[in-house]
Amino acid sequence: MTGYLFIGIAFGVMFADKGYNFLWAGLMSALVYAGSGQYLAVNFFDPSVSLLQVVFLTFMVNVRHIFYGLSLLDKFKVSGKKKPYMIFSLTDETYSLYFLTKTPPDVDEGKFLFALSTLDQSYWIIGSMIGGVAGSLIPFDSTGIDFAMTALFIVIFVEQWLEKKNRFPAIVGVIASLISLLAFGKDSFILPAMIIIMIVLLSNHRIEEKKNKTGEVEKND
Amino acid sequence: MTNLPVSFWRSLIIIVLVALTTLATRAIPFILFPNGKKIPKAVEYLGKVLPPAVIGMLVVYCFKSVSIIESPFGLPEFIAGAVVVLLHLWKRNNLLSIGTGTVLYMVLIQYVFV
Repeated sequence: MTGYLFIGIAFGVMFADKGYNFLWAGLMSALVYAGSGQYLAVNFFDPSVSLLQVVFLTFMVNVRHIFYGLSLLDKFKVSGKKKPYMIFSLTDETYSLYFLTKTPPDVDEGKFLFALSTLDQSYWIIGSMIGGVAGSLIPFDSTGIDFAMTALFIVIFVEQWLEKKNRFPAIVGVIASLISLLAFGKDSFILPAMIIIMIVLLSNHRIEEKKNKTGEVEKND
Repeated sequence: MTNLPVSFWRSLIIIVLVALTTLATRAIPFILFPNGKKIPKAVEYLGKVLPPAVIGMLVVYCFKSVSIIESPFGLPEFIAGAVVVLLHLWKRNNLLSIGTGTVLYMVLIQYVFV
């Protein structure tokens, strides 16, 4: 969770570099609340970027949330009135926390998940405001601070890699993206990469299902 | 508010657009499959395998502008990246891994590979 404090600070510093003070950083972290989405969004505050591009690029970098939601459909059923906020606050970090932490036995799960997500966002808002203040007060060269985002993804990647069942899809993700990057170039490789990933994973699902079916038939014989 | 790269109102509009688009990506599954509706098997499977695949894709995304042909041949990125991996395998502490990797990367590109 404290990981959010740090990448929040990094966001605040980057945003301050663009000319936006800590209030802007706080506002954005309260309304948007997305790690990589906000890092990317720092580049949108430029006359050369159209509003259509803003929507498209944001959608592309955040489209993975759709898949997070798909795996939480069941878990959020207990959330009742808090469900809209739970959906709004579904970030990478919060998502991985849902699977890393277990609800204590004497605590209501809906309340526990809600506490996790609100605490996570508080860290994020406070971090980005600290960064905003530091960025405007202390003149230091922040070149390279955006590596915090890369480091965050590497950490999540390593965490997932440690679970064996994640390795095949992780490899598919990396290889499909590399092929797509070489074929389509760095500015337009995400969408083709996603299509390749979906095709490979869904065909793998089909093959596995067929195997299971024929396995059952053989057993019955 | 004097030195904003775009106007005050445009800045607000950008923030609201980013907020709404982000919210949409989070809400779509819950709109498509409200409580009680049966989730197709293939979708359920994708829910399990897509997160690691997408994180793999995002790691590549972060390294997309690195050139291995021109100096410094992506060395700062790969050194800092490798340190994050090793440190994380060793300590499993998110803040430590991210913080060390970022500071190391900043030192590398500002002082070492100038």
